[in-house]
Amino acid sequence: MRLLNRSAGRLSRHRRGPLAGVLVIIAGLLLTGGIFTAVVNTTAQADETVSNTEQIAQGRDLFLVSCSFCHGQNGEGIRDEDGDFLGPPLIGVGAAAVDFQVGTGRMPMVQPGAQVPSKPETFDDEETAALAAYVASLGPGPAIPTEDDYSIEGLSDEEREAAITRGGQIFLTNCTACHNFEGSGGAMPHGGYAPNLGETSARHIYEAMLTGPQNMPNFANGNLSPDEKRDVIAYLYSLREMPDYGGFGLGGLGPVPEGMAAWLLGIGLLVGFAIWIAAHTTRTTKKKVDA
Amino acid sequence: MSTPPVTDGHSHDEPVDEHLPARDDLYANPGLEEHHWRPTDVDPKAEKRAERQVAALFTLSAVCTILLLVSYFTIDADDTVGGLGAQNLVFGLCLAGALLGIGIGIIQWARKLMADVEIMEYRHPAASSEEDRAATIQALSDGLEESGIGRRPLVRNSLLGALGLLGLPAVVFLRDLGPTNAQVVANPPFPGSGLEHTVWTKGMRVVRDVVGSPIRPSDLEIGDLVNAEPEALFNGGEDGEPMEGVALQVAKSKGAVVVVRIEPDEITAPPGRENWSVDGILCYSKICTHVGCPISLYERTTHHLLCPCHQSTFDLADGARVVFGPAARPLPQLALAVDSEGYLVAQADFDEPVGPSYWERG
Amino acid sequence: MDTSKVANSNTTTAATTQKPSKAAAVATWADERLGLATMAKKNLRKVFPDHWSFMLGEIALWSFVVLLLTGVFLTLWFTPSMGEVQYNGTYEQLRGIHMSEAFASTLRISFDVRGGLLMRQMHHWSAMLFIASMMIHLLRVFFTGAYRKPRELNWVIGSLLLLLGTLEGFTGYSLPDDLLSGTGVRAADGFIKASPVVGTYMSFFLFGGEFPGESIIPRLYTIHVLLIPGLLLALIAAHMLLLVYHKHTQWPGPGRTEKNVVGYPMLPVYAAKAGGFFFIVFGVTALLGALLTINPVWKYGPYDPSKVTAGSQPDWYMGWPDGALRIMPGIETHLWGYTISWNVMLPILVLPLLMFTILMLLPFLDAWITGDKREHHLLERPRNAPTRTALMVALMTMYGLFWIAGGNDIIAIKLHSSINQITYFLRGAVFIGPVIAFLITRRWCISLQRKDNETLLHGYETGIIMRSPEGGYSERHLPLPESRAYTLTARERDPALNGGPEGTDANGIPAPGEGRLAGLQRRVRTLWYADNVQKPTPEELAEGHHHADHEHELQEGQEGHAADGHQFDGHHLVEDENLRSH
Repeated sequence: MRLLNRSAGRLSRHRRGPLAGVLVIIAGLLLTGGIFTAVVNTTAQADETVSNTEQIAQGRDLFLVSCSFCHGQNGEGIRDEDGDFLGPPLIGVGAAAVDFQVGTGRMPMVQPGAQVPSKPETFDDEETAALAAYVASLGPGPAIPTEDDYSIEGLSDEEREAAITRGGQIFLTNCTACHNFEGSGGAMPHGGYAPNLGETSARHIYEAMLTGPQNMPNFANGNLSPDEKRDVIAYLYSLREMPDYGGFGLGGLGPVPEGMAAWLLGIGLLVGFAIWIAAHTTRTTKKKVDA
Repeated sequence: MSTPPVTDGHSHDEPVDEHLPARDDLYANPGLEEHHWRPTDVDPKAEKRAERQVAALFTLSAVCTILLLVSYFTIDADDTVGGLGAQNLVFGLCLAGALLGIGIGIIQWARKLMADVEIMEYRHPAASSEEDRAATIQALSDGLEESGIGRRPLVRNSLLGALGLLGLPAVVFLRDLGPTNAQVVANPPFPGSGLEHTVWTKGMRVVRDVVGSPIRPSDLEIGDLVNAEPEALFNGGEDGEPMEGVALQVAKSKGAVVVVRIEPDEITAPPGRENWSVDGILCYSKICTHVGCPISLYERTTHHLLCPCHQSTFDLADGARVVFGPAARPLPQLALAVDSEGYLVAQADFDEPVGPSYWERG
Repeated sequence: MDTSKVANSNTTTAATTQKPSKAAAVATWADERLGLATMAKKNLRKVFPDHWSFMLGEIALWSFVVLLLTGVFLTLWFTPSMGEVQYNGTYEQLRGIHMSEAFASTLRISFDVRGGLLMRQMHHWSAMLFIASMMIHLLRVFFTGAYRKPRELNWVIGSLLLLLGTLEGFTGYSLPDDLLSGTGVRAADGFIKASPVVGTYMSFFLFGGEFPGESIIPRLYTIHVLLIPGLLLALIAAHMLLLVYHKHTQWPGPGRTEKNVVGYPMLPVYAAKAGGFFFIVFGVTALLGALLTINPVWKYGPYDPSKVTAGSQPDWYMGWPDGALRIMPGIETHLWGYTISWNVMLPILVLPLLMFTILMLLPFLDAWITGDKREHHLLERPRNAPTRTALMVALMTMYGLFWIAGGNDIIAIKLHSSINQITYFLRGAVFIGPVIAFLITRRWCISLQRKDNETLLHGYETGIIMRSPEGGYSERHLPLPESRAYTLTARERDPALNGGPEGTDANGIPAPGEGRLAGLQRRVRTLWYADNVQKPTPEELAEGHHHADHEHELQEGQEGHAADGHQFDGHHLVEDENLRSH
């Protein structure tokens, strides 16, 4: 209980520090300014429509060069000689799927297969957005989530705590079976794996749940509500921010690395000590004077 | 070196043990090697240095202990050092320093300063001397003879029988450790008690785990996986309250299910189960038929469900057939229907026991 | 043997002082009441031979003491109850969640009791070290033949300690009632249910009804803190008493025979080394507890039968039967309305019991095969018992492969391979691997025996290259120092290969009799010793040395021009040696 109060106090101290007031005022000003601009400045919207068309065109150009070989000229998908999809149709997958696949470097993929590894992104943010806009124009699908969707910033203290707790329970029920209890990842059949979530951004986690990339099942909004997805992300972020109370984490993979540490470090050190204890010390040819 | 003298191994002044056969030693036992002194034995400077080392180690230990005590009262539970919990780290390191200081110090003392001349002790055979053994055996047989246990088979056998029988209560009195499966089925302490039953009943809604909300078929897309529970968990307690305690645990341990939606033309329904799915939505027990781990590692493209404990793999599109691993039986399937309000419900309880096999399962 | 160099443990001249010391006063006071002097007289200066491998069992002993100390600390706060409570403690991520009192109190120990997390982690680490050190101690005892008569019963006690230690570990890590341990208990329920006929009864009795019930944690607690520790203490005491009674084995060497024991006296050197080692084991455990997270229960959350995590593994010592369980094909028989679950029963019930029985019987198996009924106090080098060494290496290989199977999912993600392929591979490897390991180890040992003989007959390699007047090069060999040669030859000849008096061999071991199993015994004994290299006969030795002397003569002309530096060949004391100046 002592610690509870202290940490609660600490959290609020962070927000109510001397700078907090200034920050809140600045944020408020920016927000009102933003709303004013959005509401009043209608010409900007027109510009946006124009730029959206341009963006789709840019996306289509990129798509034809980098994606159409597998996904088809119009994203209709291409089948190999067995009738299986070389690349699945992209009509209706939505911008979220593109943002995830391209934004984590999974697409364009190097070779076909169920497991598509994450790698350094091929496209920059602007190009990814263009591709996403193009694929979204092919048919309605999940849009790229915004920060409001996956952030718990707007909630009160109690709501946040409840969100994190609930997110933890949802995570442990739906996600840990594959991704492990702290998101370190796990093995799947035939060389597949559920990736480590330690570095994945909130937006990409959200998109993965929403679209079910590759072999991962969907957790569409009818399955896990947007709030529940947000809570899962909040829990994962709370794990990242949590100190390692017990020391270094050994990769968070459970008893296997713990057993290895016991043998290699523990027994290794102790046997080393045993060898030192039983080793004969330096000898000399000198005789003891009065022996 | 010239040809060594071959000895019979008994030229030393040891007590000769007639029980041991001769060893054919090729070389005479040269006897213990001459003792060589350590630098600390002959060099007062080295001795002083070792003394200071040992004392320094003991002092280090004392310093660590004091640090440990100080840190106990000064470090707070939420303090961190480089992302690690400060309490555990500092307490542990101080304790380790305190213990290792003493340990290494004592060893160093023994290695450098204590007399280190090896000494010799004679062994004795593990067996007692012949006289002792003879005397013991005599005493034993005298005692047995005087008791008459050999001569009075009636007394002996009735005692053995009585003693043997006394072992039975020790086992029988453990009977009330718990009820048997048959008793649990006959007199269910909780809804769905017994290995052959679960809390699922006809018309019970399939609801999402953790939050308890019911599911409409239209909520789910192809490739969706829902970790679901029987609705009774959330309203089956007293006065429609959520279930609690043992009742909840028992219900969950058998009632947990996974709901998946698969492209209907990819599904091969086993005979008799053609109408157990709703628009490609299938529901299976989440409890592995191997040893009972909850199982929900789902691959949407292959429809395979993998168990994280022992890697049994089931094909959900094909009646949860075992495609890999140590499980021997498919996962039991829960027949689905849609109720008047459009939510997924069970057509009935599972038609076979869920979870691991057992002798009477058949 | 020159006894003048050997201090006699039975004299007390050096130890006693002229005037009565304080220690003597205390000893007198105690002896007048307890009369311990008669017993202590022999034991205070009891001799323990010094070798690093003799301290492995000590790691186990001291780990057990650390377990007792940290365990008592934990019991002060742990509540062994499955009663459901709503958590309202310090750890925010689980606040409001319903959980068992056992789990809630584990969280309390971890977050609210200062030093509680450290003690929990030290308890867990030392449990792992306890069992690991028992196993390496077991390997040392087996590889050196220390289990032979009169120590067979101590081997059996040691095996029981290993079994009980494993059970103690399982009951211990199940107590926090977290998700991982609960998954383990659920699997254990599956194992029990797989037992033929009585399976469901045993499960219902153990869990007090249907799984999970509310009895298992309190029952495991009683077993963990009372029943098994009591048995462990009693068996450890018996193990130590027998060690003291038999006196420790020792390596052969100058002055060391089957009839004596050479080493340091209990007081002061051995007591200091053992006592110091206790602090070191305790300290290393504290170091592990400080630096490395073990079983972060707060991240697993409370046990919930519908949740599971990837990488659900038992602690390492339960890993090998779990591995067997993973690679076992799914075979089940249905007969007359009953189910026989071979897929669970064989790997988890039959295999461990079988392996354990084999382990306990090893000394008796060895005695039956070799027919050796003599006492042995001198250790054998692993190479000098090739079949025995190879047998244990084969068992270790099998254990290791099952172990790998138990971590197949972690290996799959870390080595980017397929769990399916790993599993198929291991299904074959657990049978073929031990055979290959056996053959390789045996040949390896025999080659080492041959190398020993080579050294005995032709001397050791000095590393000095000589050039003959003809221009040929050869490496100079020098005869072994006498003490080294004695040590190398202080081993017995294998009995089957040399005839002794009627019906026995040179070691006095009788040939297999005429019993029903005599034929089998004879065949196994032949295989046991087959291809072993014996130490040279006196004639061979004489011949070898004669040859060496001859070589020496040939090189005599170079004497006095010897390459400098061969005093640094590791066979001489070199303090105060300098390279000769020319």
